[in-house]
Amino acid sequence: MQRFALIAIPYAWLLALFLVPFVIVFKISLSDIALSIPPYTPTLGDGVGPFFSALDFENFAFLASDDLYWKAYASSLRIAAVSTVLTLLVGYHDAYAMARAPQEWRPTLMMLVILPFWTSFLIRVYAWMGILSQEGFLNQFLLWTGLIGEPLTILNTTTAVYIGIVYTYVPFMILPIFAALDRLDGSLIEAAEDLGCSRLQAFWLVTIPLSKNGIIAGSFLVFIPALGEFVIPSLLGGSGTLMIGKVLWEEFFNNRDWPVASAVAVILLLILIIPIILFQRNQQRQAEEEA
Amino acid sequence: MNQTVFAPWDDPTEKPLIRFRNVTKRFGEFVAIDDLTLDIFAREFFALLGPSGCGKTTMMRMLAGFETPTSGTIELAGQDIAAVPPNKRAVNMMFQSYALFPHLSVYENIAFGLRRDNMPKHDIDTRVSERLKLTRLEKFARRKPHQISGGQRQRVALARSLAKAPKLLLLDEPLGALDAKLRQATQFELMDIQEKTGTTFVIVTHDQEEAMTVASRVAVMDEGRGMQLATPERIYAAPISAYGADFIGDVNIVSGTASPNGEAGYHVNWAEGHAPLVASSDRPFSQGEDCHLAIRPEKIAISAERPPEAENAVQGTVLDIAYLGNLSTYHVELPGGQIIKAQTANTRRVSRRSFTWEDTVWVSWTSTAGVLLAQ
Repeated sequence: MQRFALIAIPYAWLLALFLVPFVIVFKISLSDIALSIPPYTPTLGDGVGPFFSALDFENFAFLASDDLYWKAYASSLRIAAVSTVLTLLVGYHDAYAMARAPQEWRPTLMMLVILPFWTSFLIRVYAWMGILSQEGFLNQFLLWTGLIGEPLTILNTTTAVYIGIVYTYVPFMILPIFAALDRLDGSLIEAAEDLGCSRLQAFWLVTIPLSKNGIIAGSFLVFIPALGEFVIPSLLGGSGTLMIGKVLWEEFFNNRDWPVASAVAVILLLILIIPIILFQRNQQRQAEEEA
Repeated sequence: MNQTVFAPWDDPTEKPLIRFRNVTKRFGEFVAIDDLTLDIFAREFFALLGPSGCGKTTMMRMLAGFETPTSGTIELAGQDIAAVPPNKRAVNMMFQSYALFPHLSVYENIAFGLRRDNMPKHDIDTRVSERLKLTRLEKFARRKPHQISGGQRQRVALARSLAKAPKLLLLDEPLGALDAKLRQATQFELMDIQEKTGTTFVIVTHDQEEAMTVASRVAVMDEGRGMQLATPERIYAAPISAYGADFIGDVNIVSGTASPNGEAGYHVNWAEGHAPLVASSDRPFSQGEDCHLAIRPEKIAISAERPPEAENAVQGTVLDIAYLGNLSTYHVELPGGQIIKAQTANTRRVSRRSFTWEDTVWVSWTSTAGVLLAQ
């Protein structure tokens, strides 16, 4: 009985914070748009019988028929995947430097990685607009050095979205990789060199495989939120960047079409569940290996 | 049977495999190795023995290529190896932590170095199987390092370091993590493997018993300097310093001043009001020179009466008895407070032993039992 009570608490938590909201969103996605408050029909006020008979998969059919949505999902997947790879390249480098830094410097470096979280995410993305715009700091600096003759168009392109995502999510990549590299026994690298590896070979054959779990964890921590990212593409990406987070926002607030927006959200969740399950399995395997 | 004794160090025509010439290594202010010169010959089992921080690990790391000497040269087969990186040296190392690759199987760990040399697959297979057999690990080839015991891991590390058939194998405290029983068994295994493969072994250890057991020669080190370099027998029987004598095995040290007494004989005046001790020494001492008489406990006899023929005999009381099973060590306190350890074989049952605590006894030894040392 006591055991049941103990397990019941986290399950109640999951139920209240995950399952109930999901059921509500799923229900809305099966409804029809209406000029009322809330802006869909049916509601439970219509009685149980008519309520269930009015639900259908019309909105999902609509998503399939309009190629805007498919393109937005595909484009989101591509942008999330590319920015995960970019973040990995930047983050691995940083994590490696941190793990190799003298012991007394590590807390400071760690602090510097975490420090940006103390400022609002929105303000930091706005700051990038100031850096990347035509009259921004970056263009002014490049013009001043004479490297370019005319200002570059970076803001409102996909490049700006990549910059924004890499900047925002790189700490999520650094921390798990650093944790893996920090645990790495330095004598393993020496052993690899002793057995005939060059520095680079030792890195590929020992360091990379032994930080694999950190790489996988970091990649999922970046990929999952980047896939549904809304703020960065809408502030930095301009109208040319198609991402599902932005489509979702527009359906919800501009078109006030809650049922279609909910359907978009449900599909997004289904796409996300696959990497989340993979991530969980990786975490579990890692825990088993350590035990 | 005409068996030649393995002693290349006594043969002036023999070329050493490794030659340290005036090697000094500094880490900032700290001098890890201080002007060290020594030779190691092919097929030797050479032990570097000393307390932690004496520079023995630094020496080994210089041989492996992880450190370069601040000054002086290290030659391997007549070539200065200072500029050769670790991956280009015909030297392999067995790490103290074993440093097995946790993501690779036992087989892949052993094959790791061979794959780097682009050895044909068939040859790798033959070589790895051979090494697995040598270290009795055939059954564990497909396991990962975390799935085998400490002793097995130790053997994988050995097999891996031997896989490339190096000219020189370095062993950094190889048996440190094993329990006493397994350590002893493994020492003999190591000697066996060294003999079978004909590889030159250099072992770093702080365990004098281990060094004495396995090594053909031992270098006793302290604070970056070589204190004595000789065969285990010589280091034990004829130490050249009180430090070395104390570090290798158990020893009684009686300090005093020397006065010559006949040919190669000396009197050691060690305490006021006591007869001088008689000792012989090949090394000359002048009248009144400070000296230390080092005597091994097993060379000291213990008796109730003064033995009539004893050259040296001192009376004292039994302070402590250490029962070691086959042996007992008696700690006898002399009137001046000096403690002499005397060891006897337990040929009788403990309850029937002749002496017990607080008994007055005589300890005695011959004039040739001890070694007279200047420092």
